Amino acid sequence: MLKIEQLSISYEQKEVVHNFSFEVKKGEILSIIGPNGSGKSTILKAIARMQPYSTGNILFEGENMRRLSSKEIARKMCMLSQQNQAPTDISVKNLVAYGRYPHKKWFERLNVEDEAIIDWALEKTYLSHYKEKPIAALSGGEAQRAWIAMALAQRPQVLLLDEPTTFLDIAHQHEVLELVRELNREMGMTVVMVLHDLNQASSYSDKIVVVKEGNRAQMGTPDEVMTEQMIQQIYRMEAEIQYVSWDDSPRIQLKNTVKV
Amino acid sequence: MIHTARSRMIIITTFVVTILAAIIAIGLGSVHISIPDILSTLINGRDKEGVYTTIIWDIRLPRVLLALIIGASIAISGALLQAVMGNPLADPGLTGVTSGAAAFVLLILLANPELTHLIPLAAFVGGLIAAAIVYALAWRRTGITPITIILSGVAVNALCGGVIGFLSILYSDRLPSAVQWMNGSLAAKGNASLHMIYVYAIIGWILAIFAIRKANIIRLGDQVATNLGESVTRIRIMLSILAVFLAAISVAAVGMISFVGLIVPHMARLLVGSDYKYMLPMSMAMGAIVLLIADTGGRTLFAPLDIPAGILMAVIGGPYFLYLMRKRAF
Repeated sequence: MLKIEQLSISYEQKEVVHNFSFEVKKGEILSIIGPNGSGKSTILKAIARMQPYSTGNILFEGENMRRLSSKEIARKMCMLSQQNQAPTDISVKNLVAYGRYPHKKWFERLNVEDEAIIDWALEKTYLSHYKEKPIAALSGGEAQRAWIAMALAQRPQVLLLDEPTTFLDIAHQHEVLELVRELNREMGMTVVMVLHDLNQASSYSDKIVVVKEGNRAQMGTPDEVMTEQMIQQIYRMEAEIQYVSWDDSPRIQLKNTVKV
Repeated sequence: MIHTARSRMIIITTFVVTILAAIIAIGLGSVHISIPDILSTLINGRDKEGVYTTIIWDIRLPRVLLALIIGASIAISGALLQAVMGNPLADPGLTGVTSGAAAFVLLILLANPELTHLIPLAAFVGGLIAAAIVYALAWRRTGITPITIILSGVAVNALCGGVIGFLSILYSDRLPSAVQWMNGSLAAKGNASLHMIYVYAIIGWILAIFAIRKANIIRLGDQVATNLGESVTRIRIMLSILAVFLAAISVAAVGMISFVGLIVPHMARLLVGSDYKYMLPMSMAMGAIVLLIADTGGRTLFAPLDIPAGILMAVIGGPYFLYLMRKRAF
């Protein structure tokens, strides 16, 4: 679905991502993890065309994204940031309706089909009752769901999420991630996300890419990637991997930092 | 919650009130004209001789129309700049667009009076240069903040003030007529100014209507706009050029009028919300009526003195600006 080939990204003449490659298959949830400043968000932004890259290619279903128009990409792919600014008085429904924008021509109005998609997006994110409310009146978790609803209205095949849970409390973090999983399972939506929390990455991903100092350190299933050695190498922390009865994926228990 | 039906009603009401205010304003002045007389003179047309034909068709109507057109244009310009910069402080006056345009117009008025027909173009070029400087100074990777807008506005205004001062000294003999133009007076502008700008203004308004969707998209932030398949830079450049154009034609016609572009969009936002589908037409109607009131007040309150609308706007606008700062509206 998405193929990242030998991507190098420089920021103010300093190369921060080096020769980075990975592939996301259709219907997969892939998480990018790594310490602060490792370049994980930069890679995601490059895929979302919000960060220019010096060399390398990003292919969407085999087609070089540089050759696709911005609007064409917007119909296939959507990125959601950790924090979004919106005019505070815009209603939830109007915000979600903007998701239909890439599918519309100049001055074309929303038709019945668009309305149906908007209603569906609101329903999926449990916001149907809130649709007339202004964004400012929503809680942090609800607002994040409204932005996800907007992304859904865009009907992307690939959803990119940049630390979607950072500013939310624990219950809302799981609510958002469960919604992501649901969308992935029910609609086969491919998801690429940057996550901070190792346990969240482990439970909600099919594949994990580990980034260290702009290089690809590891890639594989949570079982393959989440090892005590990896955590020691990448995060300089001692950890123990455990399994619990209600989840197949490995759980990371952090013990203490490794003194160099 | 902003209701769309309510917003629509407010906009229509404002337009109706503006038309009524314009008719009343035509009647006000040293010669008072009753509303039936105004209406019959307007309906009869300018070719049919009547008691008030000259005074209405040649003096009052052009001045009222000029106030409406310029007020609407400056307000739209401010509203567009506010969308482009994502900041309610953006306004053609504060950002230096107005004084950039004024400096270039003075260059013609004082140094090359034979090129008067180029005044609108000169104002446009001057405004564009000022806007480009503001962007270059104010733009950071993270966007534009109120502080950087004000600071670069101060710098551009100071620069243009310097140019204007220099020109005034070089050509002090021609200064009086230029000052009359510069301080935002609509007196004695009449039909000539009206004919110079009305076509441009209408073109600008039509383009502004086409810009509503783009302005709404850019309001959602750079990332979301990119996500929706828009080129943020291209929208910014297009909307800025349009905003400068509308401010420049106003400067070309009547000189510097401050605060309309700042206050009016702000009031419009309070009344109909921040959706440009409503906010832009509302700004247009309110800009028209605000400048009409400023001009009519200026010429009637202190009669026989004719206080320039620009001066009256500055006197009203300064305190309003301070009030906004106290309320931390941005």
